[in-house]
Order: sequence, then C-alpha cells, then structure tokens
Amino acid sequence: MLDVIRDVQSETGSVSEEAIVQIAAAMNVSQVDVEGVVTFYHFFSKSPVGKYSVYLNNSAVSFMKGCAAIAKAFEQEAGCAFGKTTADGNIGLFYTSCIGMNDQEPAAIINDVVFTNLTVEKVKEIVAGMKAGKSAKDLVKQFGDGQNQSELVKSMVNNNIHKKGLVLFAPFEAGSAVKKVATMTPDAVVEEMKVSNVRGRGGAGFPTGMKWDFTRKSEGPKRYIVCNADEGEPGTFKDRVILTEMPQMLFEGMAVGGYAIGADEGLLYLRAEYMYLKNYLENVLEKMRKNNQLGKDIAGKKGFNFDIKIQMGAGAYVCGEESALIESAEGKRGQPRNRPPFPAQVGFMGKPTSVNNVETFCCAARIVLEGGAWFAAMGTLQSKGTKLLSVSGDCKKPGIYEIEFGTTVKTLLEECGAMDAVAVQIGGPSGTCIGKKDFGRRICYDDLATGGSIIVMGPKTDILQVVHNFMEFFVEESCGWCVPCRAGNKILTERLEKIMHGKGSATDLTELESWCAIVKSMSRCGLGQTSPNPILTTIQNFRELYEAKIQKGKDYVSEFDFAAAVKESCAVANRKPLSEGH
Amino acid sequence: MADITLTIDGKTCKAKPGQSIVDAAKENGIYIPVLCNYEGLKPAGTCRICTVRVGGRFMAACTTPVGEGMIVESGTPDIEDMRKAIVEMLFVEGNHMCPCCEKSGNCELQALGYRYQMLVPRFPYLWPASQVDASTPKIFLDKNRCVQCLRCVRGAVTPDGKHVFGLLNRGDRTAIAIDHALASKMTDEMAQKAMDSCPVGAILRKEVGYVVPIGMRKFDSKPIGSDIGQ
Repeated sequence: MLDVIRDVQSETGSVSEEAIVQIAAAMNVSQVDVEGVVTFYHFFSKSPVGKYSVYLNNSAVSFMKGCAAIAKAFEQEAGCAFGKTTADGNIGLFYTSCIGMNDQEPAAIINDVVFTNLTVEKVKEIVAGMKAGKSAKDLVKQFGDGQNQSELVKSMVNNNIHKKGLVLFAPFEAGSAVKKVATMTPDAVVEEMKVSNVRGRGGAGFPTGMKWDFTRKSEGPKRYIVCNADEGEPGTFKDRVILTEMPQMLFEGMAVGGYAIGADEGLLYLRAEYMYLKNYLENVLEKMRKNNQLGKDIAGKKGFNFDIKIQMGAGAYVCGEESALIESAEGKRGQPRNRPPFPAQVGFMGKPTSVNNVETFCCAARIVLEGGAWFAAMGTLQSKGTKLLSVSGDCKKPGIYEIEFGTTVKTLLEECGAMDAVAVQIGGPSGTCIGKKDFGRRICYDDLATGGSIIVMGPKTDILQVVHNFMEFFVEESCGWCVPCRAGNKILTERLEKIMHGKGSATDLTELESWCAIVKSMSRCGLGQTSPNPILTTIQNFRELYEAKIQKGKDYVSEFDFAAAVKESCAVANRKPLSEGH
Repeated sequence: MADITLTIDGKTCKAKPGQSIVDAAKENGIYIPVLCNYEGLKPAGTCRICTVRVGGRFMAACTTPVGEGMIVESGTPDIEDMRKAIVEMLFVEGNHMCPCCEKSGNCELQALGYRYQMLVPRFPYLWPASQVDASTPKIFLDKNRCVQCLRCVRGAVTPDGKHVFGLLNRGDRTAIAIDHALASKMTDEMAQKAMDSCPVGAILRKEVGYVVPIGMRKFDSKPIGSDIGQ
C-alpha cells in the first residue's frame, strides 16, 4: 500500500479524499485504514504540498548551522510561511526531522532531490529556479564526491569520509563474499558470526550470530532477511555513505545472511529521505543478478537462491524499530508490534525474519572473508570490530569516521577538530549527553554505546535548546500507540519549557526527573524507553544549566502569565491590566 | 500441556501455557488493573496500566505470556504509583467531564481514578482541542473523552474484515476516527456493542442514554477490581 500511496502522492501532489476512497476500494480495506497510513508518514499529505515541496530539516544541528535564517529566506523568496503552500500551489514549505545530512546542514529535500550546505544565496537561486519551472534535479549545480557523481545519483551530497578502517572501507572485491560463503555450510556461517561476536550496528547491540541462529531455527517454509536502512536517529548518516560507496558489500552481506538463515528473499527498507539513491541501488542489484551474485544458484552453488527488493519508507523515525519497520514494509502504519513473538519467530508477512542494520550486513560480508577470529581481534571485550561514526555539530571536520571500538571520545574530538567541545551527544537524542569530565570514556557497548550518531556541542551552543529540540522530535515521532510515550513526552516537553522560560522551581526539576523515569519504565518500545534521555542525562551532567534557570527558594512558581492572558482583551478594551494591589 | 507455575507478588499461581499474566492473575484471584484489555480482543498493550516487573524489566501483563518459574511483581508501591501516573496522564491528555458524562459510574477510567485515589493529576492539563464527530447516524465519537485503547478499532469489524474505526496521525496528534462509509451502515446492535466496549464515554449511542440512573451503575457501589481480588 505504501508504494501505491507514494505514487499517488508524487503524481498528484497529495492523497486526496477521493484518492483515499479509490485506494481503499482497490485494496479492499476501509477508508479509515488508508487515511491512517496517509496521516502517519511525513511525506504523505491529504492536502496539496505544492508542485515543489520543500522539506527543510529542523534537527538540532541544522539549527546550529543556521536553519533559522534559511527558513526565513525560503519564506521571503517563496512568499509563504512554513506549513503552507503558495497561493498558486507552486511551492510548499515544510519542516521535517533529520534527513541524514547532519554533516552538511542546513539541508532540505525538494521533490526527492537533496540540497545541502544551504545559504541565503543558494535559497534565492533555488526559489528563482522553482518559479521559472525548472525541475528540482536541474537546480543542482555541482555534485558531491565519490559515487555521488555517478550518472544514476548526480547529487550534491558529499560523503565526507575522514577515516577509513579495516572492516567497512577496506577494499572489497565484488562477488568475493558470496563466492566464499558458497563454500561454507549455513551452520559454519552462523558459527563464524558467533566467533566474531559482531553485535547489531543500529545501536541496540544484539549479537548477530544469535539473531540469525534464532531465525534459522524458527519453523516455517519461508524466511526473510530485512535490511534496516531507515537510519533516522538525528545525527546519524553513516548508512547513507555505505549505500553510496559500498552497496555491493552490503548486498552480498544480505545474501550471506539469507544463506545462513535459509531465506531466499531480502528486503532493503530504504528511508524516503534516500530516494535519490534508489535508481543507483537498483542498478547495482541488476548488475549483481547478471553476474550471478544474486538470483538463482549464486556463485554456481546449486540451491543458493537469493534476491533483494527495495521497499521505500515514507518518513517516520519509529520505523527504525524493527517490528515497526516490518509493519511499514507490509504497507501499514509504522507502529511497533507487541513482543513476544519476536520477528525471528513471526516477522515480515508472518514469517521468521532477521532484521539487521546496513553496517551489520557489511560486517557479515567481511567476517565471511576474513574470519570471525580476525574480526574479534579488534575492539574491546564486549564490542568487537570497528564502528562507523557520523560526527556532526560544532567541529571542523564533520563526517564519517571508522574507528576501532574502544576509542575514547577525546581521541575522536581531536580527530574531528573539536577541541573546544563542551558537550557531546553520544548515540543521538536517545543516547547520552556527556560533559568534559567524561571525554576519557570509550565508545563501545561496554561503556558509551552508539548506533553511530555523535553530535558535538561547542561553547556557543545552548545545550538546553538542543535538549528541547530533541524532545520536540520525540513528541513528533512517537507513533502514538501507548500512553506514556504519546502523552508523557508532551508533558515532559512542557515542563522543560516552563523551566527554560524561567518559571521553574526546584520542585519542577525534581518532578521532571521522576516523570522521566515513569515514561522510560512504562513505554512499550525503545522510543519511549529512551526519549527522556536528553533531559535525564543533561540533568545528570549539566545540572548547573537547569539550576541557573529555576527560581531559588520557591516551592512553586506559576507558569500562568497574567499579562499575556489578558493582553488581547486589554487591547480590545483599550485598557491596561490591573494587578493585585493596584 | 502441563500447567505453568509462577509467582505473582509472592503468591504461587498456576496458569495455562500461552495465557497472559493478566488472565493468569485473574484466575488466581489477583487483580492487575487493565484499561485497553478487553475480553475477546487481541491484547494491544496501549494503556500500559497493567505494567508489571519481571526479572527487573517492565512489561505489559496483558501482552506478556506466562513462563515457568516467572517471578512477577505487580502491586509494589513504585509500580502502583506509575499506574496512577498513567491514569493521570489520560486525564490531562483528554478533556474529561465526569459529572455529566453518560458513562459516569460505568466508566473504567473514572473507576481507576477512584481506585488510585486520584485527587488532582500531578501533571499539568494539556487541554487538547478535540472534536466530536456526530456525523454518523448511530453514534457520537467524542475525542475529548477518548483514551485510545483501540478496543473499537480491534472490535468493530465488518463481516468482510474491514475496520469501522481507525487511528489517524501520530505523536501527540494521534486520534481515533470513524470510517464514515461503514458507519453509515451500522446497525443498532453494532452501535451498542461499540459503546459497551468503550471503557470511557468516547463512543455513545444517539437517541438513547441515561437509562440506568447515575448512582446505580456498575462501579457506583463496587470498586473496579473488587470482583477479582484486592
């Protein structure tokens, strides 16, 4: 259903009531169910979004890099406010959550074309081009590095690879991993994964060998491999670079997974923001089929059948959660499922499914080639191998760093040119915000775990503003299913605002902390279980910022603003507000 | 299959394999509060009020099956306080009007509010701008009073498998909606069933109401959970 809705959206600029009626009839579902899907995702809209729809990223780093001025420029040039379309229906302006371009912000997506490092000048040119009726693609003046220049991508996105390690960015010979795996038994592949002790690279860190073992042992005539290419954690963009530079290795890694668990079909769930890579990736798949690296009897091995289909997402952070991703891939609202059963038992289309991260599949391809012991020789006790980090924020060299697990934050800050860092957000909003005293800690599952997002905050960045941005993100991206996440994040954000506005007391701070614990404990999935982390970890590590905002010596401060409340009526009556005692 | 033995708050309980913790507790005379859970419907785990702790981890007792040797903590002061917080969150994220609500006395949210002795929610009211959808012939859908338990979404299904109710939007804008095409063909019986399954006063039948006077309703004399245990 997602594909159908997507086609309607891109062809007509909206999914209208009539379209919903027709889709419901064609799919034999109720209209309210179709509407439920349409209204769930960022990039679907019931009202027209314009011939050109501008989706400007409103992540914290985008604001650090001047998003506010860019937004203003768009509004002035286009002649309409954000959230609206111009009167002639030509241009629509919208905000969207992190689009995976944190190393080149401010950035926006216009009709699936990515525009990075935006300046007021560039905005003027872009809007002029849109007014002149040029296609979004034609508005791209110069192309980025590496494969971003290739005929099928032609994007201004840059890879910004600053450090190459032995696993991800070492040379990879096309076809080598499928050839090697064809000489092994599926048991041996799983065993090699276990020896390597590779853990899921999306952030949760579940041992891949164990996941594949569970999935393989689940009974059923059919199993699936799903690649989670829905990196939505603000600040992460490593998968974008893998997809651009190492797609062959990724797809072979998926074939390795398919061989290991006994799946002949794989699905690449690609986030909508990376639509600009779709044709390029389809082309890689097509080549692989021609070269007997996908399809039937891969690498000449009888019965080694595996093929990959790309499923586009439609804009929803929560779809990075594996069961929500499966729901979305089945064409529904991207709401996480209740567990048990786990996807390894009941996954895509009800069949046992292994969902793994882009980077994890690449690790798998490398492990097959080099051996589990080789892989396990790198890293720390509980975190083997290397990790791709997406570094952004207040640093001189934002971009991709492949580090060995166990590297300290300090070393990383030196490498990326951020010696004046005050705070570092490890693992994106759902992770941890640490201060200088913790810069000696190590990046690994045993200490500071991360799916790859590292956001550096320098002395000029207002940390509480960043926290607020993260909380607004969670309010927006909660799937809305369970109470503590749906209502709780909103409540936490409002209390944070009360404190930030100077209307807080010590009681507010204590309550805020205890409410965070409730949301974490009671929420259904990882989103709500981690969404209070921006507040909790900054209260822990930057308590002085909150202390400076609260009114000392008071148990209670009202957030009610009398003057503001009567402002409108005073204006009408042409009177000044009276306050007590006057 | 043989019975499963588990303990809930120190009490040894017998349960059937595959049974949820909530149902097992009920059969053993232990009340675990539920709001979204409803007999005959697949558990959804939306309200989280049945959250229990097993092996140090929190999980919803309605969606978690029992396991051999499981040690379940349910009625501890910290869990009970978080359950109370859920009730309070529901009161602040909606616009509830108990004194004049047709469901007063039959409302499970109200009854839970009494059970947890909620005087005033600890959270500030969010005052959402919710609407009443009165455009269908048989029922009102009042989103002010909705707790999004999804009982109607799960339960009101046409013979050919179509959902009469659905969920729209996401995040704090998530809301229940009714399928107008299907609702126009709703029978009185379906409407009554939808209203009965709604734990609050979000789904109300048109043209009938207040048949049983307030004061003589389900929870007016017997607190919620008193039929099961303490």
